[in-house]
Amino acid sequence: MNLLLLIGAPLLTAVAVLFSRNKQQVRWISLLGSIVQIILAFALLFAFRQERAENNSAQMLFEQNYKLFDSLNINFHFGVDGISVAMILLTSLVVVAGVLVSWNVEKMTKEFYFLLLLLGLGAYGFFISLDLFILFFFLEISVIPKYLLIGIWGSGKKEYSANKLALMLMGGSALILVGMLGLYFIAGHSFDILALSKTDIPVNIQNLLFPLLFVGFGVFTALFPLHTWVPDGHSSAPTAGSMFLAGISMKLGGYGCLRVATYLLPEGAKEYANIIIILSAIAILYGAFATMMQKDLKYINAYSSVSHVGFSLLGIGMLTQTAITGALMQMVSHGLMTALFFAVIGMVYDRTHTRMTGEMGGLMKVMPFISTVFFIVGLCSLGLPGFSGFVAEMTVFMGSWENADAFHRIATIAAAMSIVVTAVYILRATGQTMMGAIKNESHLQLKDAAWNEKLAAIILVAGILAIGIAPGWLNDLLRPAAEEIMNRIAGK
Amino acid sequence: MNEFFTLMKSELLVTAIIFLLLFIKIGKGMKNESLLSLVQVLLLLNFIAGFFFNKTGNLFGDMFYTTPLIAFQKNILSLAVYLISLLCSDWLKKTGHLPEFFMLMLSALLGMFLMISSSNLLIFYLSLELATIPVAAMANFDLEKKRSSEGAMKMILSSAFSSGILLFGISLLYGTTGTISFPEITAQLDGSSVQILAFIFLVTAFAFKLSIVPFHLWTADVYEGSPMAVTSFLSVVSKGSVAFIFITVLYKMFQPMQDMWYTLLVILAIATMLIGNLFALRQQNIKRFLAFSSIAQVGFILVGISSNDYMGIAAVVYFVLIYVFSNLAAFGVAAVIAEHTGKENIDDYKGLYKTNPFLSWILALALFSLAGVPPTAGFFGKLFLLTAGGAKAAYWFILVAALNMIISLYYYLRVVRAMFMDKNDNPMEPIKVSPVVKLALVICGAGIIMIGLLSWIFEYIKSLH
Repeated sequence: MNLLLLIGAPLLTAVAVLFSRNKQQVRWISLLGSIVQIILAFALLFAFRQERAENNSAQMLFEQNYKLFDSLNINFHFGVDGISVAMILLTSLVVVAGVLVSWNVEKMTKEFYFLLLLLGLGAYGFFISLDLFILFFFLEISVIPKYLLIGIWGSGKKEYSANKLALMLMGGSALILVGMLGLYFIAGHSFDILALSKTDIPVNIQNLLFPLLFVGFGVFTALFPLHTWVPDGHSSAPTAGSMFLAGISMKLGGYGCLRVATYLLPEGAKEYANIIIILSAIAILYGAFATMMQKDLKYINAYSSVSHVGFSLLGIGMLTQTAITGALMQMVSHGLMTALFFAVIGMVYDRTHTRMTGEMGGLMKVMPFISTVFFIVGLCSLGLPGFSGFVAEMTVFMGSWENADAFHRIATIAAAMSIVVTAVYILRATGQTMMGAIKNESHLQLKDAAWNEKLAAIILVAGILAIGIAPGWLNDLLRPAAEEIMNRIAGK
Repeated sequence: MNEFFTLMKSELLVTAIIFLLLFIKIGKGMKNESLLSLVQVLLLLNFIAGFFFNKTGNLFGDMFYTTPLIAFQKNILSLAVYLISLLCSDWLKKTGHLPEFFMLMLSALLGMFLMISSSNLLIFYLSLELATIPVAAMANFDLEKKRSSEGAMKMILSSAFSSGILLFGISLLYGTTGTISFPEITAQLDGSSVQILAFIFLVTAFAFKLSIVPFHLWTADVYEGSPMAVTSFLSVVSKGSVAFIFITVLYKMFQPMQDMWYTLLVILAIATMLIGNLFALRQQNIKRFLAFSSIAQVGFILVGISSNDYMGIAAVVYFVLIYVFSNLAAFGVAAVIAEHTGKENIDDYKGLYKTNPFLSWILALALFSLAGVPPTAGFFGKLFLLTAGGAKAAYWFILVAALNMIISLYYYLRVVRAMFMDKNDNPMEPIKVSPVVKLALVICGAGIIMIGLLSWIFEYIKSLH
């Protein structure tokens, strides 16, 4: 399969949106384009499984290499392994759901969809790049659309949040940039990930570059204490913006932490693994307790994102194959779950015009569909078996437990404690908003989800259930790729 | 004789245009509109002609030399002058002394051409003066505005001062080496303290022209006072040409003292980036804002220059090419707005997107490119400068530069935020942009998006070595 299609499809859609004449056209073109992206992503999944079934054991499949800046050895080098395929699948699902829930955006519709599609484009390009320069290029592409989406279509203190997000992410990029250039010069002028993974990088250089790269990507994925843009950014963004931010953009950081920092600099990863574990355990607990204090639904999900993403980083820090597989599963699972959560919160807000849990109540009676989805996503978030959250978190814990010393055990137990706290805030929020008597009489007139919202929710719920009930296929995708990374860490 | 015409063709063409304008002026004269179109066509032809018959060679006993790379550098400047003549056509049409304005501008351009090509301190000094004095006269072109005269006065005084320092440096160099030819000086350099003093004086003179901190104080006032066409000329063409000759002087003439100037460049680059950025944070006037942002950009150019190999030259030439498009787009939009509404403050730009989406998008693109955000070309330009500067494994230096990119993003976003997000009860009226200006802005916008993605442009510059 030609991977350029994955960049071409969103690009063509975005250009077509620019040239469309009215809002209705914009919406339908975007929807069509994102459906094409889903088809491509599934085609990629099946083509990938087909190749693996035929015992094609190359690390990267469907590789393509075009010269870009030849004299600097910068190439358009693309290829996918299981991790990339899973992430692309996640991206395509979130993109189509995001397009669907934004159906009623009336303010500057054309620009809105253009920026949304551009964000998706950046993610696709990022996940298929095997050249650090191109990877960085795609990572950075998404910063400005995020800024504009929050600043123009957001709510609350949107200018502040947009600025904070753009500057913090740029700060992360600056660190990545330095680390990347360091790798480039060490490896004899190459940005190629596959070539770099075969280079022996001196341990002292690894110890120097690893923090730069890991913290740089960590900013994108809410590494404690650099998570502060997450609550503000997510809660100020428009619905689709939050979905993209939490569902896709935060995964860019996690993917980078693993693929670039950990994979290319294994000695550095071993050196700093304990610090990563401590920071992520703090993030998990801090995020969970901070969520308890929130009354705004978007803040609830934003802080719980900090907590959930902590599991991904914890898995990476544990440096065992199972834990890394779990970390990757958590990225996919959390991407679907948090996108769905933001979508539902957006639907509720569009109707009730409040996000405060205290001002709602009994919504189950007036909006059964939305409330049911709210329940599903809540249960997924607290890790109920049958949903994706359970599979992912369980795998992380099992992987973490493989490290037999006291430090790792304590960190694992501490992280596992957060599940109790999660259950408390999720059940409380659901109870306050969905159950009980209707507090506000005007809420009686509210309508349930429209077709576009139902479709978006169904797509994401299907993804969550597909992982929760039959996790085997995702495991088959991720485990061999995680093994490859472990081999490099073990020095094989 | 034949060699004379091919090697000096850019200079001869510009001279021919100057004489043509002179004859038109002393003859019957022409209407401003038709004269402007004529000059625009001639400048376009001049730009196109720059691509042909580019050879390497010396003239006048090694005083003048040219290579395909130098020809390309001259071409970038020609392109910039052509774009300025398009972008500022609204203002130019109204001005009372159009032939004189272009004569001055082209004389300055001629001086810059000779300066880039110079291989001898004498011709270098002469052409530097030729490139400076007409610009000071141009800065005074808004005759009825007091600020314009003030700016011109500041410029001429600081130029005279820096020329004095330059001459002093040259005399010291001549005293210790007994020659004024670049290659011969290189052979004679032994690092004695007098030579180091001479070197410092020379760098100081360059620092004045490039507005490197701490010699930047004239910049903002001159930029603010001058007409927009002159400001953009100063910030793009003038800066670019001096950066090119600065590289030649450092890499060729002072190559034996490279350890010394590396340290110096690192200090100057950090100071320039930091001070330029910090001062830009608080500016209200868009011209002053762009003045400080251009100071910061020069800091990044210095990062590239510090590499001392061909990657440094290529990265700087590439960056200046991108800078031409980005900065001219920004100045172009500011010029259109100032011309139609007289407003120059960033606060006046609030809500611009509602009424003038085209201008807002072009300005936003230009600012993103200046900030170095992809997919604009500025991203590639900045990154290659840092790649060049990182060759000496000075990671902390690259880190400081990268962190400066964050500060700069903050103030560029301020303008974007004013245009796209801030509410304004009485935003600017929709401005009718004339077709010529629109064409120029579209060229700039296309350049900002395409130059980075069309990688052969950078490869071409690299192949000129």
